[in-house]
Amino acid sequence: MDPVVQEKSLSEINERIRDGSARVVTAEEMPNLVQELGTAGAVREVDVVTTGTFGAMCSSGVFLNLGHSDPPIKILRARLNKVEAYGGIAAVDLFLGATQPSQDQGIEYGGAHVIEDLVAGKQIDVEAEGAGTDCYPQMELETALRLDDFNQATMVNPRNAYQRYNAATNSSDRTLHTYMGTLLPRCGNIHYSGAGVLSPLSNDPNLDYIGVGTRIFLAGAKGYVIGSGTQHNPQNNFSTLMVTGDLKKMSTKFLRAATFHKYGPSLYLGIGIPIPVLNETVARNTAVRDRDITVPVIDYGIPRRDRPSLKIVSYEDLKSGLIDLNGKEVPASSLSSFHVAREVAKNLKEMVEKGEFLLSQAVEPLSRIGNSRPMKQTKESPNVGDVMSRDVVTVGEDIHVEKAAKLIVSGSFDHLPVVSKDGRLIGIITAWDISKAVASGKPARISEIMTKRVYSAMLDEPIELAARTLDTHSISALPVVDRDNKVIGMITSNHLSRLLARRQ
Amino acid sequence: MKLMLHVAPGIVRYPLIASVILETSALVNIERASIDAVSGEIVLEVPSEKCTEVKEAFERRGVRVVPLEIPVIRDENECVHCGACISICPTATFRFEDWLLVADSGKCIQCGACVVGCPQRALKLVLK
Repeated sequence: MDPVVQEKSLSEINERIRDGSARVVTAEEMPNLVQELGTAGAVREVDVVTTGTFGAMCSSGVFLNLGHSDPPIKILRARLNKVEAYGGIAAVDLFLGATQPSQDQGIEYGGAHVIEDLVAGKQIDVEAEGAGTDCYPQMELETALRLDDFNQATMVNPRNAYQRYNAATNSSDRTLHTYMGTLLPRCGNIHYSGAGVLSPLSNDPNLDYIGVGTRIFLAGAKGYVIGSGTQHNPQNNFSTLMVTGDLKKMSTKFLRAATFHKYGPSLYLGIGIPIPVLNETVARNTAVRDRDITVPVIDYGIPRRDRPSLKIVSYEDLKSGLIDLNGKEVPASSLSSFHVAREVAKNLKEMVEKGEFLLSQAVEPLSRIGNSRPMKQTKESPNVGDVMSRDVVTVGEDIHVEKAAKLIVSGSFDHLPVVSKDGRLIGIITAWDISKAVASGKPARISEIMTKRVYSAMLDEPIELAARTLDTHSISALPVVDRDNKVIGMITSNHLSRLLARRQ
Repeated sequence: MKLMLHVAPGIVRYPLIASVILETSALVNIERASIDAVSGEIVLEVPSEKCTEVKEAFERRGVRVVPLEIPVIRDENECVHCGACISICPTATFRFEDWLLVADSGKCIQCGACVVGCPQRALKLVLK
């Protein structure tokens, strides 16, 4: 006898949801069920697996229709609580992006905060400038609106619900403030994001069910998948979704504005997708565990697009709170909330059980091939090697201050890199260091007065990075070193200002 | 027990901590110190049995001493239990219990890393 193939149709499952007999579990409960019953048994016993995630989803925003004023206005520019919204769409449609900072409070209050305030029922101030046309004569407008006052408030998010996300650490020697939170120096911590076992796309990694038109839970409202999100990259298990939903039906329980220190505002959103257990493949995929989902730990200490990965870890490793990085136990914590992700999955489970949430057949599948290519940059930006001076004078650490002073005067520069016997950079002295030593009346060896914590630049580093290093540390010159830390040049703020002057 | 010392101008150059240690023989640990030309703010961890003695010894020397009972407060309405504060705290004040954030305030040394690190702005230092 042939083994019985376990299969159900979506309409059968929806029928059970309607009559209240559907069996629903969360994606956290599913792995043990499948282990216990096998995939065929799980298909018999379970109809729907609910997923959930709650984390920072920067690529989010809302279309708002204000209705027409009298006299009418064609809005060119608009500010909602001093946060600029895009007005280049018809007359009174605006798009408010989550990460837009405000003009008065900067990143502490941004687009995401306006969205949260609207959902919380608060009144917001609207200021608009008009184009002034025959049909829209009004030039300026001020009003105060609540969410109910808008004709439509439709959330449309270009990139949400990342299948998984790279973890972050920082090997540099200063604290970094990033969209992955505070990253302590010398790999002092690891931050990660994503719900792992509950992640909607990790429970449907081949996009068998989730497609264009799939009904989802979006911040408490029923929303829909519009298509694949921007930077959708399913080949590498970094799928994303573009989603929409009615802001008027959302809840602040699942929609929260946030600010990443020295980075910007963002919006925390709760997204859940119920997955019908149609067959054994679905049962197998929804049995995914934290240990099965891996991500690289990326070093944000390297300020380039292609940052190195220090280790591959699983969500189980990350959730343990400690990761071994080169023999050092590094504390790991999340930026997304697993607690609220669970609430999303539980809420969705209750909605399906009560017959309030039906599952939908996709209109089109999502692309199995995506694009997340680097930017094509047509305007070449010079590298450090293109603008630095190569005739750099270096000194050994055992020369006397007087000799260094003579070198500086004869060379007419302000900085002397100090190198070891084999030419490696070990320090730097400036004309100021020498003046200080002379003024204190203690002529000394260079090694006693040099700055040992010396910042340097690489030959192939874009000048923007060198400029940021100079600015961050309030210094005016950087030795340029090769891979062996040997000094091959010098880049100064003078080089950069000359370059700017030539451009203008 | 943690004590916050406010050291006034005029006495900031005296070896206050050293003299209090010699007097009380308390095994104190300096958890945080920010001292500039005119004043200082120092957080000490002191064994609880020596706390009163150490506090009084500092006060005799003109230092204002505030026990840090609840050094950091968390706004329950703002906190979403994300955990961004956990790995950046130097004294492991925060942890998860079944994915709900729990704070062991007694460990806090008021460094402020969590205050700016909290994306929801749910943490505040209690300034005394």
